[in-house]
Amino acid sequence: MTLQHRFVPLVLLWVFALPLLSQAGGAPASGDGNGTKRRDRQSAVHQSDGERKFAQNCGRCHTPPESFSPHISATIVRHMRVRASLSKQDEEDILRFLNP
Amino acid sequence: MWNSWNNSTNACGSNLRASTLLFGALLIGALFAAIQAAAQSTPLISGGTAFLTNTSGGNTSYLPTVMPLLAAPLGSHLLVEGRATLLEDFYPSGGSYSHIHYVALSYMQLNYLVSSHLTVVAGEYLTPFGSYNERLTPIWIGNFQDPPLSYGLGVGTGSSVGGMLRGSAVSTSDYSIDYAAYYSAASSNQNFSSQNSWGGRSSIYMPRQRFEIGASFARVTSQEKTNNVGVHAWWGPADSSFKLRSEYDHGTHSQGYWMEADYRLSHFGGPDTAIGRLEPVFRWQQAFRNSPDSSDGLPSTDTREVDAGLDYHLPHEVRINTSYSRQLSSTGDRNIWQTGIVYRFLFPAWRSK
Repeated sequence: MTLQHRFVPLVLLWVFALPLLSQAGGAPASGDGNGTKRRDRQSAVHQSDGERKFAQNCGRCHTPPESFSPHISATIVRHMRVRASLSKQDEEDILRFLNP
Repeated sequence: MWNSWNNSTNACGSNLRASTLLFGALLIGALFAAIQAAAQSTPLISGGTAFLTNTSGGNTSYLPTVMPLLAAPLGSHLLVEGRATLLEDFYPSGGSYSHIHYVALSYMQLNYLVSSHLTVVAGEYLTPFGSYNERLTPIWIGNFQDPPLSYGLGVGTGSSVGGMLRGSAVSTSDYSIDYAAYYSAASSNQNFSSQNSWGGRSSIYMPRQRFEIGASFARVTSQEKTNNVGVHAWWGPADSSFKLRSEYDHGTHSQGYWMEADYRLSHFGGPDTAIGRLEPVFRWQQAFRNSPDSSDGLPSTDTREVDAGLDYHLPHEVRINTSYSRQLSSTGDRNIWQTGIVYRFLFPAWRSK
C-alpha cells in the first residue's frame, strides 16, 4: 500500500482557493439556489431560531426546495428530524420558520 | 453503483413483479393509514428522476432512473417512510443495445419518536455508517453518479433489517451531538437483503463553524467476522456555498478515503444568473486492498481515482451533471465520462383541503 501524492497539490489548491474567491466576490451571503420566498426570509435582519437552524442543518446535505405545499411542511420536518437526527425543539423551530 | 446494480439485476429479474407489488402495497397502506393527517402533515412523495449516461472504455450506457420516496406521518409519534429505485439500463451488446430492469426497495422503515432525543426505527433502513449512505445516495443530492470506491465498507448492501435507536443526544447553539446504534439480522430475501451486523455512529456538529466530525463502527458477523471503522469530517463555511466532505473507512481486508469539494458560483451575480447556476465539483479518492475479499465491494487492487465535474442548476429543480473520472490501478487505467439530467420532485400524496 503506497499513498500517491501526485494530486495532493491540486486538491489543496481547490480547497483553499475557492473560499477565498467567494469572499472576494463581496456578494450577499445567501444564495445557494433557494426560492424567492425563502430568500426574502433570509434577508431579514432578525434571524429566528428556526431560520438559523434551517440554514445550519438542511444546507449541510442539499439545497432547499424552491417551493412546496404548506400541507406537507410538518411531514418534511418530521422526516428530516429522523434523517438528520434533529431534536424535538429543532423540529418545532424549523416548522415555525416554514409555516410562521 | 451501476455495476453492482447490474450484477444484482439478473437475480432480481424473477422477483421484479413481486417487488413492485410489495412497494405498491406498502405505499397504499401507508397512505390510507395517514388519511386523517393534520393539515401540515399530509403524506408526501419526494425524490428524483434522471436520465443518466455512463461512458467507460468506449461503451456508453443509458440509464433512465426514478427514485421515489414516501413519507407518511401516523399520529404525533409515528412516521412511515420508504424509498425505491426503478432503473432501466440500456447497454451495448453485440453491436446493438440490450436492456435490463432493476426495481428494489432502498428502505422501508417505521419510526417511533419516543422523546425529544430518541427515535426507535424498525424495518429495513439505510445502514448508519459513515456519511455517504444516509445522506448522499439520493440522485438529486449526490454530485457524482457513482459512490466513492470505499462506499461498501461498513454498509454492506446499503440496508439493514432490524432495529435502530437514533436521535440527538444534545443540541445547543454551539454544538450538537447525534447518535445511531443498530442491530441487523441476516436476510437473503431479495427485497430486504442484509447482513447480520451491529454497530453505530456518532458525530458532533458545530453550527457556528459549520463543521462536523463523526466516527462509525460496524461489526459484521454474517460469515467471516469483520470490524469496520470510519471517520468523517464535513465543512461548509457560513456565508459561502463552498462545501468540503471527507471520509476514511477501514475494514478487515481493505481501506479507503475520499475527499469531495463543491462550490456553487452563486457569489458571482447571484444564484439565478448564468454563472451563479454553475457548480464545479471535485473528488479525490483512493482504495487500498490489504487482502483478497470479493464481498466488501472495493476494487481487487489498489486504486486511485480523481473525479472532476461541472453541474448546472436550471430553474424548477432541474440539474445537469457532467463529470470526468480518471481511474488508475494495476489492472488498468480507464476514463469514465458521465452526464445526466436530474429532476427533483416534492409534492403532497394527495390534494388537501
